[in-house]
Amino acid sequence: MSMEAITDKHGVKRYLITLNVNGDSYTKVVKGNTVLVNVLRDDLDLTGTKKGCELGDCGSCTVLMDGKPVNSCLVLAVEADGREITTIEGLAQHEQLDRLQDSFVNHAAVQCGYCTPGMIMSAKALLSKNPDPTEQEVREAIAGNLCRCTGYVNIVKAVLAAAKAEGGAAR
Amino acid sequence: MDQFGARGKVLAGGTDVLSMMKQGLLAPEVLVSLKNLAELKQIYADPARGVVIGALATHNDLADSPVLQERYLSLCQTAHHMANNQVRNTGTAGGNLVNAVPSADLPPLLIALGAAVTLVSTGGSRTVKLEEFFTGPRMTVKKDNEILTEIVIPDNSFTGSTYHKFGLRRSGALAVVGVAVAVAMEGDLCRDVRIALGAVAPTPIRAFKAEEVLKNRPVTDQLLEEVGRCAAGESNPISDIRGSKEYRQDMIRVFTRRMLKKAISEGHV
Repeated sequence: MSMEAITDKHGVKRYLITLNVNGDSYTKVVKGNTVLVNVLRDDLDLTGTKKGCELGDCGSCTVLMDGKPVNSCLVLAVEADGREITTIEGLAQHEQLDRLQDSFVNHAAVQCGYCTPGMIMSAKALLSKNPDPTEQEVREAIAGNLCRCTGYVNIVKAVLAAAKAEGGAAR
Repeated sequence: MDQFGARGKVLAGGTDVLSMMKQGLLAPEVLVSLKNLAELKQIYADPARGVVIGALATHNDLADSPVLQERYLSLCQTAHHMANNQVRNTGTAGGNLVNAVPSADLPPLLIALGAAVTLVSTGGSRTVKLEEFFTGPRMTVKKDNEILTEIVIPDNSFTGSTYHKFGLRRSGALAVVGVAVAVAMEGDLCRDVRIALGAVAPTPIRAFKAEEVLKNRPVTDQLLEEVGRCAAGESNPISDIRGSKEYRQDMIRVFTRRMLKKAISEGHV
């Protein structure tokens, strides 16, 4: 499969990519070295996804790609072509927050808030795969998301409570 | 890759290559992505060759693979404890080998299990035993025009195997030492054993002398301690922020003993 490329007068190639972000399809022209997080933030104005270390250590840029959490700072935009991306903006339905978002608010799991979007995306992926996780499983799922304020206790509580609430709704 | 030679770099998951490029440690002119080669993502048992792991299988693909869960659960466990979930969804088994970081987690266990890798170029393909693949930190026998396409674990007589990454945190930590063992037990005699150590030498190494100490002798706690001591003596670690040379050697002693005990009594775990 080859990708359509446009070369400008300086010899820089740009590629046409199509991303499905939060259910909407976007076609964008990107350079080969553009990373996904910059397309989301700069081109699509989806600034809920944060940039921290930009080296894949901190997890603040976590988004779901085809349902799996990945660090969007280490995914080239051209490699996300044709993939389904979910960002923090894709969780709330109109004015209705996602159960996880509600739970984070109710459990004071947000302090400065910088890690929160990534943290919630990792938790979202966990609950989609495992609706009734143990505390250990929650801790493992968010191990790639660093929080330097709250110390994880309330974050873990929030995820467990959201799982419980979701299970309750299903029953 | 023939066309670009040393100016090009293969991109698989990108968790290592892209972060190195961002830090200015790597500056290839051209990245060649393998991402669309779906056939290199598969993990399957080939009756003629053994268990085949496509180079593009991610760490989570390894952890969740039914074939590996049945045959080498130890490999699933190893993959499951690498890095963090985001990196496990992106980083690949092939990348973990090609990057050749001395503390990498997959090489010791794959070496203990006798794995080989397939290197392919336009000129053909060749098979290299994994224990002969690494030549130094971030250096391997792979030529610039070659691509690592698969990892093959040949069928073998091992009754048990395991790996322990001893890190300073449970997640996202590099190994202070990594100890992998594979044993073929017959009653209380160990007929065959392979011990591979990570993070204690410029490349992953086999502890050949320690293996000989264990072979064909009745397994006792005392013997395992002797094997551990021998393995510690064969390692050549550096002192750095994660631990001193002496500490690492002592941890090799401890974890070689413990991992042997585990693989002998619990199988592939």
